[in-house]
Amino acid sequence: MTALNRDEPVAAPPATSFGAMTSGRSWLALVGHALPWAIIIVFYFMAGGYLSLGTQVLIWILFALSLDLALGYAGIVTLGQAAFFGLGAYAAGLFAIHVSPDPILGHIAAVLIAGLFGLVTGAMILHTTGVTFLMLTLAIVSILFEYANQARSLTGGDDGLQGVKIDPIFGMFEFNIFGETAYVYAAVVLFIWFLISWRIVHSPFGRSLDGIRQNARRMRAIGTPVWWRLLAVYTLSAAMAGSAGALSAHATRFVGLSVLSLLTSGIVTVMLILGGTRRLYGAFVGAAVYYLVQDATARISPYFWEFVVGLMLIATVLFLEGGLLDLGRVGRRLFDRLRRRPDPT
Amino acid sequence: MSAAPVLSVRGLCKNFGALIVAQAIDVDLFAGARVGLIGPNGAGKTTFVNLLTGFLHPDAGTITLDGLSIETMVAERRVHHGLARTHQINTLLVEMTVRDNVAIAIAEREKFAWRMMRYKPQWRACLEEAQTRLDQIGIGAIGDRIVRELPYGQQRLLEIAIALALKPRVLLLDEPAAGVPSAETHHIHDVLSKLPKDIAILIIEHDMDVIFRFAQEIIVLVQGRVLRRGVPAEIATDPEVRAVYLGRTVV
Repeated sequence: MTALNRDEPVAAPPATSFGAMTSGRSWLALVGHALPWAIIIVFYFMAGGYLSLGTQVLIWILFALSLDLALGYAGIVTLGQAAFFGLGAYAAGLFAIHVSPDPILGHIAAVLIAGLFGLVTGAMILHTTGVTFLMLTLAIVSILFEYANQARSLTGGDDGLQGVKIDPIFGMFEFNIFGETAYVYAAVVLFIWFLISWRIVHSPFGRSLDGIRQNARRMRAIGTPVWWRLLAVYTLSAAMAGSAGALSAHATRFVGLSVLSLLTSGIVTVMLILGGTRRLYGAFVGAAVYYLVQDATARISPYFWEFVVGLMLIATVLFLEGGLLDLGRVGRRLFDRLRRRPDPT
Repeated sequence: MSAAPVLSVRGLCKNFGALIVAQAIDVDLFAGARVGLIGPNGAGKTTFVNLLTGFLHPDAGTITLDGLSIETMVAERRVHHGLARTHQINTLLVEMTVRDNVAIAIAEREKFAWRMMRYKPQWRACLEEAQTRLDQIGIGAIGDRIVRELPYGQQRLLEIAIALALKPRVLLLDEPAAGVPSAETHHIHDVLSKLPKDIAILIIEHDMDVIFRFAQEIIVLVQGRVLRRGVPAEIATDPEVRAVYLGRTVV
């Protein structure tokens, strides 16, 4: 923890220093920012039959991004993120069926409902930490799952919610079989949430979350209302996950019961940790790699991809503290060490 | 002193089951006071600080800060009312820079830590003030260092810098020199002697050298009870105090 020995060099700290943010104006940082969005744009033109898969990746990026706010930045160790994703999906689907087929209105409704659910459940459980909190989040997502399973007349139970019809966005862009509209829609929504997230994690509010993650006691000692801050980011994270759920419902015009399953929570956590927490772009890398691996290895054997993803996760956790986004830094360090080694003195 | 005390504690009690850790403690701290709190290990010194700051809640008794009753107030609100502390064991944001540790406290003090938008000028002001405060206690040169990399003594100073950045009226120092190699304690002594004159300070310290140099009044706590209080000269020669705490060889 504390370096008692002054002479011992200490390993490079993880990239949470906010000093790095202000010096991030170099061309390299600019390329780093432009690259993921360029890929998202280029993919639209080159995807062909893979566009729907691309939309799924965008949706899961947003979902993982929502988890990064809670888990990565604020240190809220949750496995209940699927509750918000599923709630958003069902809310958007049911809104389209029973209230209005307008996608924007439905999306807003889903975001509000998921956010409200985050606010209420967060208020009930955020005074706990650690395993207690984890178990409570599991309980909440399990209750929702079972409710959706039982309430067949409302949700269709395990047959899923069918008959979702969505109007064209702004009355112009129709959701078609090729998925162009859904892709652009998902990309735009992701971009908006990314900007919001970027803003927040670099704001004083975001800094205080980072402080809470590092040492909640220290934050209380400087007068931070820790519970309120956590509740605020938990609510925001829930709203974002609900937004991803709404995208999913709109893009596929279907809501399966699995959106509320524990596995969904697990998968999004795997994606985030694979890509790297507290980076925002970790969600991008994680979700994309997860789908790429799934697609590439599923051809060999239908279950093989789970094995490969599992292996990757283990390797990442063991060797790359900051996820796959750390590869560059770790590689550079290895290179430096190899270059130094030939000198036997 | 005729003015009302800044911090007034009356009949403070706390038990952990059968273990009595605070037994009807009365303490008054006036503006500018320098009070030392000493006692053997387990006497309840840190518990007392935790009770004052709201990290623990008393079973009975009142705590009044500037005429305001604070004993039921949550810890973070007490800070905003002018009660700051340091910790016996460093409690810092170890992944952040030294300057950010102080700036984040200033942001809370100025109540703009909720900001999600339009914060750049204020944050810059926080960083500037943080640097000034680091300069004042002589660690301005390490503002850009990550806290985890710092030697223990400098982390101790950062604890004090953060508490001072909150502009407290009452400052509780929980063993500021604990764990610092004796060759470096002089730096802590310097900082202590230059603390703002108007702040009321309660200091817990095992190093009698520090206590007797710093405090105008000393309170001896034994098993959660105030055994003696008085000026350092009285305490040093008190036979009972020497028996329970100071030992025969000290002073």
